[in-house]
Amino acid sequence: MPLPVEEIKKLIKDSIPDASIEIKDLMGDSNHYAATIISSQFNNISKIEQHKLVYKSLKGKMGNELHALSITTEGK
Amino acid sequence: MEINKKIESLINDNEVCLFMKGTPDAPQCGFSMAVTNVLKHLNVNFKGINVLEDEDLRQGIKEFSDWPTIPQLYVKKEFIGGCDIVKEMFEKGELKELLVSKKII
Repeated sequence: MPLPVEEIKKLIKDSIPDASIEIKDLMGDSNHYAATIISSQFNNISKIEQHKLVYKSLKGKMGNELHALSITTEGK
Repeated sequence: MEINKKIESLINDNEVCLFMKGTPDAPQCGFSMAVTNVLKHLNVNFKGINVLEDEDLRQGIKEFSDWPTIPQLYVKKEFIGGCDIVKEMFEKGELKELLVSKKII
């Protein structure tokens, strides 16, 4: 089951309220996305920890319903 | 747990260890191919572990690293990241720096 962009944004926002999120549907198939997420929660933590915060916000959907989401994170 | 012991021995025995879908010569997923290409470009001698051949390993590595996706790169027992992080580090020159500082290349 593909996951719509709005759903992904909502999940991330619920966990990371100050996030600015930009998501591209790379192939127009609701299955391959690239997301850029900017949040103060990423300040002073490693890239691995930043990506883990995003993965946690997706509540286990990553690697399951969500097949391909490439992530770029930045602090602010 | 059996699978954790196996993972530990893989990352202990191989300085650069890539858990991936497919093999370095025939990656079976675009993300695994991207990391393979980066490592080849940097002339890194690495061990590719095909998780598609072992369902326990495919699930086990996700729990071991607390990371939900494959590929996963380990250098000298340290988890470096998945495809996005490895690509970003490569583009910024940080991956090369890390590999040089760890005396891999």
